[in-house]
Amino acid sequence: MKETILVKDKDIVVPGETVAQGMSFLPGRGLYRKDEKIIAQKLGMINVEGKVIKLIPLSGKYIPRVNDNVVAQVIDVLMTGWRVDINSAYSAMLTMKDATSEFIPRGADLTQYFSVGDFIVCKIVNVTSQKLVDVSMKGPGLRKLTGGRIIKVNSHKVPRVIGKEGSMVTLIKQNTGCNITIGQNGLVWIKGEPEGEIKAVQAIRLVEELAHTSGLTDRISEFFNKQGKTKKAVKGGEK
Amino acid sequence: MAYTKRFDSRKFDELRPISAKVGVIPNADGSAMFKIGKTTAYAAVYGPRDLHPKFLQNPSTGILRISYNMMPFSGHGERVRPGASRRSREIAMVTQNALLPVLDLTPYPNSVVDIFIELPQTDAGTRCAGISAAAMALADAGLEMKDLVSAVAVGRVGGTLLADLNYEEEAYKEGSTDIPVAILPNSGKVTLLQMDGFIKQEELKKVLELAKKKCEEIYEVQKKALKEKFKVQK
Amino acid sequence: MKDSLKQKLIEYYKKGLRFDGRKLDEYRKIELKTGVTASAEGSARVKIGKTDLIVGVKMAIEQPYPDTPDKGNLMVNAELMPLSSEQFEPGPPGEEAIELARVVDRGIRESETIDTTKLCIIPGEKVWSIMIDICTINADGNLLDAAALGTIAALKDAKFPKLNKDNTVNYEEKTNKGLPLTNEPIEVTVLKIGDFLIVDPLPQEEKAFDARLTVAVAKDGQLCALQKGGTKPLTIEELDEMVTLAKQKSTMLRKKLQ
Repeated sequence: MKETILVKDKDIVVPGETVAQGMSFLPGRGLYRKDEKIIAQKLGMINVEGKVIKLIPLSGKYIPRVNDNVVAQVIDVLMTGWRVDINSAYSAMLTMKDATSEFIPRGADLTQYFSVGDFIVCKIVNVTSQKLVDVSMKGPGLRKLTGGRIIKVNSHKVPRVIGKEGSMVTLIKQNTGCNITIGQNGLVWIKGEPEGEIKAVQAIRLVEELAHTSGLTDRISEFFNKQGKTKKAVKGGEK
Repeated sequence: MAYTKRFDSRKFDELRPISAKVGVIPNADGSAMFKIGKTTAYAAVYGPRDLHPKFLQNPSTGILRISYNMMPFSGHGERVRPGASRRSREIAMVTQNALLPVLDLTPYPNSVVDIFIELPQTDAGTRCAGISAAAMALADAGLEMKDLVSAVAVGRVGGTLLADLNYEEEAYKEGSTDIPVAILPNSGKVTLLQMDGFIKQEELKKVLELAKKKCEEIYEVQKKALKEKFKVQK
Repeated sequence: MKDSLKQKLIEYYKKGLRFDGRKLDEYRKIELKTGVTASAEGSARVKIGKTDLIVGVKMAIEQPYPDTPDKGNLMVNAELMPLSSEQFEPGPPGEEAIELARVVDRGIRESETIDTTKLCIIPGEKVWSIMIDICTINADGNLLDAAALGTIAALKDAKFPKLNKDNTVNYEEKTNKGLPLTNEPIEVTVLKIGDFLIVDPLPQEEKAFDARLTVAVAKDGQLCALQKGGTKPLTIEELDEMVTLAKQKSTMLRKKLQ
């Protein structure tokens, strides 16, 4: 059987599509081998590195992973902790002992610390096979978020919103004067002046839309340069 | 009387014009529109997500839940009162069986993947259009699938075997056999098969081969729609 | 939770901005197409920003209501379809869907948008029934204005189906005759959040508002329906201000029907 790759690097493939034929290729996640064929299991972008073929998903709900820093919202206050929404099919539990480095006495009013509706930055510390998730607030950068706005981006696009070594998010922060915290689960917290926040949201939406293309940093720089020249913040509005 | 010329002058193995688009419902996790002739189906996928009530949850796998509905103004003739009917519930069930074989929901215990199929306009072939739309929506939602699913209604009208019956052909007084079929395009396997009417065994085999061929055409449209979503507009 | 959202919105409104950069009295991009569903006697598809819905008009011959033997029937139904948002649950229409349908209904019924006396075929026995169905495709705020605009557009688009000799309907053939429309009311919903008035709300604004007024404005500028929503009371001045804003916006929306 001839060893052939049927796709190029950065091609988009659909489930069931054969991407390569031959036993020498190694399928990464999102691809599987059936006899001599390597077949795509998801809608995504192909990444070819020698004999290793990877599939980069471009959509899908966030799947909780241990050690991910996520932005979560408190949805319930319980006897021993809080239940938080981490933007996945599964909610997570924050227990009293993991909430803060202070000592929380038994029977304390937990809403003093976090109440329903609060947004927090926390770390996923455990995911069981039944998808019970535990989070912790103990660690650098983990805190309650106050003020600002929260937007949702697809969790698979988060690496692009962050950029190589944070280059994209830094570019956006510099051009908007905003504080930005990005959760691996796709929730992004933005805090600044309203005009700055709006620009940051628009820039992030643009990154999301163009996540699978190259030259993204240039596109976003271009976006900010144009912003500086015109006052109009939104296109297509009707008066 | 033999059916020798189709009402809309198509060839016997010719599909009506098809169009498809992905990502048409921004709120959904995945969505698609599939149109064949005048039959138009929208599908939206929400999930995997939390499943209530709790007793429906399955600790070893996520479940697939389908809802199929034709809008009140979508049919030929009178307005159809909104709400589930026995027909729509049966279609939901066979749609579920047509799509489940390509999905692996074991990574999502206790959760649900909801698919809502709605048709604003119908002209036969509705459950097939729904399945073709739903398959695209599932892929758009980033779910793991062994293959897409493509569907078409084939059949026998006035003694002639043909593909993609329209409403007039389905209602043909001198005998119409309607056979909705769903196929996994890369393996050729059948995941939906129903039939109303009469047919001989040899004819059935022939018409299923026809369905397979036509599903390949539909698959090309589905693939293109999924990839189109990522074409950059300058 | 609602309070912090409201505070955030007011912070923006003080600068004359909404979350998406619009001004307080600005609508998102509006798209309107008619004749989108061949199976309906009349139809329209409306998009306001990402809000997207279809309105279909079906006609049938039915018995008139006993108290109006020489008038046709009118019915408006709205489905907030689970397809269009994770907030909507399957099942029969809930409060929100019913209010939507009734507010649209109020706008066209009391304003006599359709001259129902012209829908009579045999008094006391057979009249035309006009059935309007609003189906949401994507819900991203301001379903009301979109539904009302779509309803008028669909009614304008509608054509009577042919009548067979025995007064049964032949749905396969349409006549050239449109509905007897005497008015084309435009509905505008104005929200009050803190001290600010806005139009075309986003979902977050619909969660955080204090009071809401939907105003139907007739072609001649008269008001033909009102509906107040929300729990905060309004002064007469405030109501008058909201009506002024609604009238202003209705002129812009009316142009979309052309």
